[in-house]
Amino acid sequence: MPEFYGKEIASRLMLGTAQYPSPAILADAFRQSAAGIATVSVRREAGGDQAGQDFWALIQDLGVAVLPNTAGCHSVREAVTTAQMARELFDTNWIKLEVIGHADTLQPDPFGLIDAAAQLTEDGFEVFPYCTEDLVLCERLVEVGCKVLMPWGAPIGTGLGLNNIYGLRSLRAHFPDIPLVVDAGLGLPSQAAHAIELGYDAVLLNTAVAKAGDPVAMAKGFARAVEAGALAHQADAMEPRDMAAPSTPVFGKAIL
Amino acid sequence: MKIIVNGETLVSDAPDLGALLVELGKGDAKVATSVNEAFVPKTMRSAQALSDGDRVEIVAPRQGG
Repeated sequence: MPEFYGKEIASRLMLGTAQYPSPAILADAFRQSAAGIATVSVRREAGGDQAGQDFWALIQDLGVAVLPNTAGCHSVREAVTTAQMARELFDTNWIKLEVIGHADTLQPDPFGLIDAAAQLTEDGFEVFPYCTEDLVLCERLVEVGCKVLMPWGAPIGTGLGLNNIYGLRSLRAHFPDIPLVVDAGLGLPSQAAHAIELGYDAVLLNTAVAKAGDPVAMAKGFARAVEAGALAHQADAMEPRDMAAPSTPVFGKAIL
Repeated sequence: MKIIVNGETLVSDAPDLGALLVELGKGDAKVATSVNEAFVPKTMRSAQALSDGDRVEIVAPRQGG
């Protein structure tokens, strides 16, 4: 099972908490997914609204580790200040660092990401950077202190799956000892299974479960997919080949 | 004086951030704060004086991906 900054998590599934039809469905989806980590955010409360306080009570009842994010931050300063607020609110040094560089694709800003990761690590944070699968970027993130990398599968919320399997495989080969998480872009359990089959330690998703017609069933599907992927990875899969090879013995076939 | 709280202008006589939160009914709420884009820890709120035109952000735990 994956270990992040010295903490072992009993699941390869990390699940977001946004966009569910209701708090009850969110809680049920979490139970069925057996996810070990919940991502959360910090946002304004409107007026005398108690929504944030109610949400916090719900999250505490889930009994999972909490990973706050800096979603929506487009500058280093915004991301750093948001991380500081999140640390106090959620009482954790963990931060899923998002520094968004492009409004259409929500692609990470690699330059801002390195700067923010360095500042936050220096300040005692344990940074989970939402990044691309770029090897150079990931090397720099590790150099500034990141002990986890979270490359996207595809842009956030698209459900397109693993857009660059070669890149993700290269990253796994290049960083054999760094926990790797495919974060964002997954739409189906088969895509999550594929990521784990590639040797990824975990997957992080939200929309695929929350926006499914039946979020609870989809959560269960993802739970089984990551288990299947892990078994396949441990089992040392056969090498693919271009030409057919009969599985039924040729020897002994009747001559007719 | 006028203080901008979460993007909305309020008139307040609160001398510091701690007093402003009490005035807004959030003295004991689970929130985090910043003034003029800089984080202000809970323990420093009463030491954080407010001036006319200050931009205050008050955030709470919310859903996220």
